[in-house]
Amino acid sequence: MEQQSATFPANVKKAIADSQLQWAMTETGPRFIEKRAKARANLPEFDTLRDQARDIKDHVLAHLDLYLERYEEKVASSGGQVHWAETAEEARAAILGICKRLDARLATKGKSMISEEIGLNHALEEAGVTPVETDLGEYLIQLRGEPPSHIIAPAVHLTRDQIEADFRKAHTHLDPNRDLTEIPTLVEEARQVLRQKYLDADVGITGANFLIAETGTSIIVTNEGNGDLTQTLPKAHIVIASIEKIVPTLEDATTILRVLARSATGQDFSNYTTFSTGPRRPEDPDGPLEYHVVILDNGRSNVLGTEFQDMLRCIRCGACLNHCPVYQAVGGHAYGWVYPGPIGSVVTPALIGIEKAKHLPNASTFCGRCEEVCPMRIPLPRLLRHWREKEFEKHLTPGAVRSGLSVWAYFAKRPKLYQFGTGIAARLLKLMGGRKGRLSSLPLAQGWTKYRDMPVPEGKTFQALWKERRHG
Amino acid sequence: MRLMELTRPRVGLFVTCLVDLFRPSVGFATVKLLEEAGCIVEVPENQTCCGQPAFNSGDRKDTADIARAVIRTFSAFDYVVAPSGSCAGMIKAHYPELFAAGSADRAAADALAEKTYELVSFLVRVMKQEKVAARFQGTVTYHDSCSGLRELGVKAEPRKLLRTVEGLEIVELEDAEVCCGFGGTFCVKYPDISNVMVAKKTKKIAATKADLLLAGDMGCLMNMAGKLKREGSALKVRHVAEILAGDTTTPPIAEAE
Repeated sequence: MEQQSATFPANVKKAIADSQLQWAMTETGPRFIEKRAKARANLPEFDTLRDQARDIKDHVLAHLDLYLERYEEKVASSGGQVHWAETAEEARAAILGICKRLDARLATKGKSMISEEIGLNHALEEAGVTPVETDLGEYLIQLRGEPPSHIIAPAVHLTRDQIEADFRKAHTHLDPNRDLTEIPTLVEEARQVLRQKYLDADVGITGANFLIAETGTSIIVTNEGNGDLTQTLPKAHIVIASIEKIVPTLEDATTILRVLARSATGQDFSNYTTFSTGPRRPEDPDGPLEYHVVILDNGRSNVLGTEFQDMLRCIRCGACLNHCPVYQAVGGHAYGWVYPGPIGSVVTPALIGIEKAKHLPNASTFCGRCEEVCPMRIPLPRLLRHWREKEFEKHLTPGAVRSGLSVWAYFAKRPKLYQFGTGIAARLLKLMGGRKGRLSSLPLAQGWTKYRDMPVPEGKTFQALWKERRHG
Repeated sequence: MRLMELTRPRVGLFVTCLVDLFRPSVGFATVKLLEEAGCIVEVPENQTCCGQPAFNSGDRKDTADIARAVIRTFSAFDYVVAPSGSCAGMIKAHYPELFAAGSADRAAADALAEKTYELVSFLVRVMKQEKVAARFQGTVTYHDSCSGLRELGVKAEPRKLLRTVEGLEIVELEDAEVCCGFGGTFCVKYPDISNVMVAKKTKKIAATKADLLLAGDMGCLMNMAGKLKREGSALKVRHVAEILAGDTTTPPIAEAE
């Protein structure tokens, strides 16, 4: 997928000017928040589960090699095959290799962020395999040729009117005068269109929410059941997942599942939680003949053992996006790559480089709401700050900011000089805006006064007044 | 009398750079509240800023230098109190992170963190204050600034004391816990996003129909007041300390009378 994180400020301007996007965001944003809050309130042990979930993943990350090897053995013993991919290119090659061998023409797909990360759809199309997204949200954005704007609700930025227009454009075999004003009608139409694709598909590709080391099982959670049809009907099921999706046992997976849906949509559990272990066995009535798991690193192992390791606990629930006032202001596309929101601003620099993604960790007020709701207790503000430190160390911070900061720091370390400076500033600003108590324009602070007035000081600093009061 | 002097806690006032420069009246209101609560208040001359601009820009070295100076300046006090959740949060939650575990700097940072408080939570939690002797006729609403709320858990304390102000009525602000979009240098680095955030905030503030908006942090207050004034709102904005101290002689923030 094309990376546009470097042009974040321009992306933001576009997003803020997009009235449909702004409307869609204000409609859906608050609902996610309410639902999570209710789900949390209904489960007294929620915070204890968060601690357990964090500990499970921390343990896995400390012994990742061990659990990945055990997982591979178990997949092999159930008749499946693991393909290791160090890069996105290797992952694509592994999948295309399977498709080619099976002479695949049509691939149905369950929702997968890794698929987006490695740009799989584009690669499949180039190789003559038609990818069909079966998750409704993914299907909607595939019709538009857009990347997802949210980790679990990829089409959250779209309005009903936009979807209706897209359906009329894409589903030309249907009656052009049909009524599509109601959302259930739209869902039904997508279901009818997709039904035949499941039957025609040669391979089914899904992501994974968990890979279980003790059994060699992959788990997906969906609300539409599309994942089940995607993975059981075609000849081959290909799972794509990144290395940190591993958990030791089924019990560990169920512990994390208890916080996943609650944090994501506010459901106790997603409608479907599907376990896949190997291909169809002789006694099975259905299921794929081949079962493949492509496990992607793509830079994640570089994060192990660093101050950024905590990001690998993420289970992609999207709670940090839903609660982030910056995400809610600009939507997911402004972030310019696959993963938006606070977790995206932490993960993206690790995967595409801080040089290309340096705006993302800076576009945060450190309000801390993301950390407050993260089911895996990822200290997101701290990780964002660590990226700013990397940026500063590498001298990527813009020159004006850097020199401004060093002048400020020079004064901040010299109290006498500092107070001399603030004394002048207090008097000067007071003179400039005295009659109204505020300024509507201030040189060197245009970023502030473009949108709001600048309150002016009272005239003397506290330190000066305190001295007067003490010494008369 | 002598014994009473000995038992009164010695509080070092961390003025904060924004109160020092923009709103000294908040500093005096803070001193008044602390003295009325039975503290001996001192204001060390050698203070400037807590170091957040450097810390949040990734400049660890300057941050550590500034933190060492603050630690040196304030370590002798029984308590350090700031009329800000953001600056108190910096000292309490982040100074220790700046130094390696086991180092002398770390021990000193931990010791300072231990005795540093945001003003209103200090009055309630440490000085066990139940009420204030202030009057204000009108309806107020309260914005919970992020650092005070999430780093220090300040939520009930300002409401508890405000409820004891004679004549004052509190009306809760919808989304009071959502960031106002200030974020220090964020608001000038990403003005467009900051503006969307503060515009959402002022819309909720206006919906309360309150006469006065209060919060515990000058940064947020200047941001919200600046936006309200730009929008032509008549709503007044003050730091919570001013109301608790009963001192409203200074014009509201961003106003001249």
